Amino acid sequence: MYRSHVLVCGGTGCTSSGSPKIIEALQTEIKKNGLSEEVAVVQTGCHGLCALGPIMIIYPEATFYTLVTTEDIPEIVTEHLLKGRIVTRLLYKETAEDEGLNSLNETDFYKKQHRIALRNCGVINPENIDEYIATSGYEALGKVLTENTPDQVIQSILDSGLRGRGGGGFPTGLKWKLAKGNDADQKYVCCNADEGDPGAFMDRSVLEGDPHVVLEAMAIAGYAIGASQGYIYVRAEYPIAVDRLKIAINQAREYGLLGKNIFNTGFDFDIDLRLGAGAFVCGEETALMTSIEGNRGEPRPRPPFPAQKGLFMKPTILNNVETYANIPQIILNGPEWFASMGTEKSKGTKVFALGGKIRNTGLVEVPMGTTLREVIDVIGGGIPNGKKFKAAQTGGPSGGCIPTEHFDIPIDYDNLIGIGSMMGSGGLIVMDEDNCMVDIAKFFLEFTVDESCGKCTPCRIGTKRLQEMLEKITTGNGTLEDLDKMEELCYYIKENALCGLGQTAPNPVLSTLRYFRDEYIAHVVDKKCPSGVCKALLSYVIDAEACKGCTLCSRICPSGAISGKVKEAHIIDQSKCLKCGACMEKCRFGAISKK
Amino acid sequence: MKSLEELKAIREKMQGQMGLRSESSDQIRVVVGMATCGIASGARPVLNTLSEAVQAKGLTNVAVTQTGCIGLCQYEPIVEIMEPGKDKVTYVKMTAEKALEVVEHHLIRGQIVKKYTIAEMIG
Repeated sequence: MYRSHVLVCGGTGCTSSGSPKIIEALQTEIKKNGLSEEVAVVQTGCHGLCALGPIMIIYPEATFYTLVTTEDIPEIVTEHLLKGRIVTRLLYKETAEDEGLNSLNETDFYKKQHRIALRNCGVINPENIDEYIATSGYEALGKVLTENTPDQVIQSILDSGLRGRGGGGFPTGLKWKLAKGNDADQKYVCCNADEGDPGAFMDRSVLEGDPHVVLEAMAIAGYAIGASQGYIYVRAEYPIAVDRLKIAINQAREYGLLGKNIFNTGFDFDIDLRLGAGAFVCGEETALMTSIEGNRGEPRPRPPFPAQKGLFMKPTILNNVETYANIPQIILNGPEWFASMGTEKSKGTKVFALGGKIRNTGLVEVPMGTTLREVIDVIGGGIPNGKKFKAAQTGGPSGGCIPTEHFDIPIDYDNLIGIGSMMGSGGLIVMDEDNCMVDIAKFFLEFTVDESCGKCTPCRIGTKRLQEMLEKITTGNGTLEDLDKMEELCYYIKENALCGLGQTAPNPVLSTLRYFRDEYIAHVVDKKCPSGVCKALLSYVIDAEACKGCTLCSRICPSGAISGKVKEAHIIDQSKCLKCGACMEKCRFGAISKK
Repeated sequence: MKSLEELKAIREKMQGQMGLRSESSDQIRVVVGMATCGIASGARPVLNTLSEAVQAKGLTNVAVTQTGCIGLCQYEPIVEIMEPGKDKVTYVKMTAEKALEVVEHHLIRGQIVKKYTIAEMIG
């Protein structure tokens, strides 16, 4: 028994900012001070405030320290752990005047959140099944196996209104019901952990912070549809998640929570991992199953749907990690509890990965129906450096950009589709006035061109043509006719592509054309990039009045484009200029600007 | 594991220990003075005993924490118990044995152990 628990975040964000070293230093220092028997160091999953990592929470005081370094450790141990004096300089400060907030739950970042899928992330040790059990883990599985029929389980999920969190938003209960209705000698339960959207990392955090919740939910799904085997398809680029899943599966098998005759009810269920090589298309359900079967990950036409003929041509359900993370809570608290949160057609909560031009980069979970403004301004802490908000991008390469005028729209599946974007897996990238929307569209198209599997023509060739037209526009060679052609091609691809990847790939182009057409026109007609991003449309110029002739810029210029005599105004030769911006960065007199 | 009872047993055992990480506001707070004076007069065994007893008894509504010097150094080790909506109780010159009595009577049964309180000791 310990009198104090020191929780150190071991999510991917904090691991890369040095949390393993912090844990090492803590253990050494605790030993040195003779506190090994009194203080436990616990590695947890992600707390969500990744921008401020490494993060540390010390209980029972619930003191929340941010940006901890190994140099801080001796002070934390001798002051806080030995004498009970909080190290105030390491406390999280919401504003510069703040004296430091003591506990994580007091912060604006946490106060507005409602954590269901992430409820254990950052709270328990993911490598210890007992800690998961302490938070009512595996109770839902025990309950359904001993008290409910499979139909009752499915009815609960239907009544809860839970929809797929991977992006599509298909009602989860309906998926299960369809799979249950198809008789077969073998059925499968799959988990899609092939999180591929650039900027989205909630599935990784759930797997790293609370892997057992996914195992428990999959076993519940197996009972509901009559399956005895599950597969988790997880990308190999998530090494921490893969390790913790392996540990979790072994522990669950040891406890008899996976395997034969679970809870002595005659129900058998086991789970195996399948590692993906990181192809975006393998997040698409039919491609994912093709990949598990050992073939090249290419989508196949639907119908037949997975619920009829899925993995190995047997009835299969495939749900996303975050979807599963909600299931045990729905079973334990009842479908009415879950349905009481959210909007009319989107129930419960959604996790968003905040990224881009925002103060609190990280993971947040909010009830459906929360406005974008609240997520970005209050929880996210707003846009840094006094810049102006321009757009929020949701849904990654399948989604779109949402402009300021829709800032107060309650976020749910249908509202986002209504304004030309989509929920997607929950990536939320914030853009300010320095982002060029044409460039953003080009970025996502480059991604889909790379990731298109090539099986169907509309996607393989269509996205390539779209990317070429965007390239033409950003280099100043576009015409107004190109804009119309692009739009036409977008709709063609959407209607004809084989799978979700192609069907949604044009969304970034369509939504930026819809809301930021003026930026496209500036590129095409005025040959200017209003945000100063597209290099071909930029020119760096020296203000002759302000230039002191110090020659620093001409020495720094990598292409020798700047000439001028000492103490005389310098000139940039536009034909030689590479537009790297090095001169502007170095000029001490602010004489160089981009136009 | 073959039964729900076994699951429940693990849960209850662990919940006592995990109660340390509770952040609910209606918790009873047990605060031990751990400044130099407190440590010198033996506050650490008191703190450890309190913490262990609270977890062993599964008192998840009790948080055992430390504080600095209260200013009554000659009465250290000092333990204060704050219950929401009740007056603070201050125990002085504590030992591990006295601490166990406090857990048993005060924290579990709600009876203040008068003989160890500051009012009795100072007289």
